[in-house]
Amino acid sequence: MSTSRTRAGVFAPVFSKIAPALLSVGTLVVAWELYARFSGISAIMLPAPSRVIGQALEHRQALFDNTLPTIRATVFGFGCSLTAAFVFSVLVDFSGRLRRALFPVFIISQTLPLVAIAPLVVLWFGFGLAPKIMLVALVTFFPMLVALVQGYAATDDDIQSLLASMGASRVRVFLLARLPSSLPYFFAGLRISITYAVVGAIFAEYAGAAKGLGIYILNAKNNFRPGLVLAAVLVCATLTLVLFGITVLIQRVAMPWERLDQGRRR
Amino acid sequence: MSAPRLELRQLRKRFDGLDVLADISLTVRPGEFVSILGPSGCGKSTIFKLLTGALQTDGGEVLFDGTPLEDGRRPFAFMPQRDALMPWRRIIDNTTLGLEVQGLSRSQAREKVAPLFAEFGLDGFERHYPAQLSGGMRQRAALLRTVVQQRDMLLLDEPFSALDALTRAGMQRWLQAMWERHRWTALLITHDVREAVFLSDRIYVLTERPARVLDEITVSLPHPRTDLASPEASAIEARLLQTLLNPQP
Ligand SMILES: Nc1ncnc2c1ncn2[C@@H]1O[C@H](COP(=O)(O)OP(=O)(O)OP(=O)(O)O)[C@@H](O)[C@H]1O
Ligand SMILES: [Mg+2]
Repeated sequence: MSTSRTRAGVFAPVFSKIAPALLSVGTLVVAWELYARFSGISAIMLPAPSRVIGQALEHRQALFDNTLPTIRATVFGFGCSLTAAFVFSVLVDFSGRLRRALFPVFIISQTLPLVAIAPLVVLWFGFGLAPKIMLVALVTFFPMLVALVQGYAATDDDIQSLLASMGASRVRVFLLARLPSSLPYFFAGLRISITYAVVGAIFAEYAGAAKGLGIYILNAKNNFRPGLVLAAVLVCATLTLVLFGITVLIQRVAMPWERLDQGRRR
Repeated sequence: MSAPRLELRQLRKRFDGLDVLADISLTVRPGEFVSILGPSGCGKSTIFKLLTGALQTDGGEVLFDGTPLEDGRRPFAFMPQRDALMPWRRIIDNTTLGLEVQGLSRSQAREKVAPLFAEFGLDGFERHYPAQLSGGMRQRAALLRTVVQQRDMLLLDEPFSALDALTRAGMQRWLQAMWERHRWTALLITHDVREAVFLSDRIYVLTERPARVLDEITVSLPHPRTDLASPEASAIEARLLQTLLNPQP
């Protein structure tokens, strides 16, 4: 009796946290299933979720083979973009002139419509990994750069004047105060950008690739297989969720003090 | 009477269009505890920013041990108005910050600071983060970070203003006891009249912005001061309040 009560005590908070999400997603899936079965709509137009999952299982080998290149493009592209964003954020933080010179270029890069750019980049750089990396980097670089720059700017003035009073150099102030202060902004940017990254990779493959979820979706669509399209979409969503989860985990490990702050606020 | 450790001569500062410090002249002798008392927004924190080099003066002189304070000399250990603890560093690593900046390795710095934790009432909290400490403990940690730098002089900007009345009274007693023991040369900013009388050897009263020195009062009560209700203490308090509320140049 007492053990089961403690157990419920441990699991109840976790359950009560994820219950609303389970309920809303569950309701959507059930509604979709009922509509697809009883409205008389053809399975070519809208396959039921049960059918999508069936197709996904049936074609799991092909889906898996096409997921690996997408993961590769996402991870390499995002890695490049993160590195570049960090390097440029530091340069821009140390030089206002550089910032005024570069920011307009970065902003213009964000105005380019991906639909137009993706086929061109594929045309110039071929069906390999390079154009995918470039497109993923294009969509994620600027959000990460802005997050970092904003994070540096959010550094507490008192902390900076304290360090100045101690005789810390500009570089020292950056390492001791500005960089750690940017972490919450960095992770907020990371969570948003990682979802862009997957979309960017799929889009790049859609514009032309030998393998990948993007090209798989395109082929399935052209063969009138909406079940397979949705199965691939399911894989994309899962992939994005997993990457998102990884960033949350990294944040927890990297910022152990942050949860203390939140515990206080609640 | 010994030569002043710190001497400010007609210090002036203005922020584009706003005259903040009009004429600040004051001295602090070695081992003396001096307070600056003034209305909110009159420019008290600005004085410290000029001393620590965060801002440039627009006139006047700063002499330390009789010579002008050139760039690069850092005789002050500064405690900012809010505790300015780094939320991402554990308390021990917050308190070693100044030593690390001075070039000590992390372990050397820790060795130097660790024995002081008991005296500062922080024993057992070395590995905690600032968010896990009470307001009073945070202030003590900030003060520990200030004094371990072993500079010639302490600059304390309203160290207790963010605390509740009871904690503040406790902290004032504690600071007085610490000062009795260490006899730091200290300049304290406050707008708490009682705090100034309780802690100081001398008190400078500033005017509203643009600030100048309105009055200088020597508090010749014996240390340790436990009896704040004594007639002498009350008389000084009354005079300070009178000066602050009815400033007559
Ligand atoms: N960097 C700055 N640029 C422009 N104005 C400033 C700057 N720093 C301070 N001021 C102005 O100078 C005045 C004095 O500021 P300061 O912080 O020195 O006041 P204070 O006496 O410490 O006030 P408080 O008791 O509230 O801490 C204020 O009116 C403030 O707006
Ligand atoms: Mg102030």
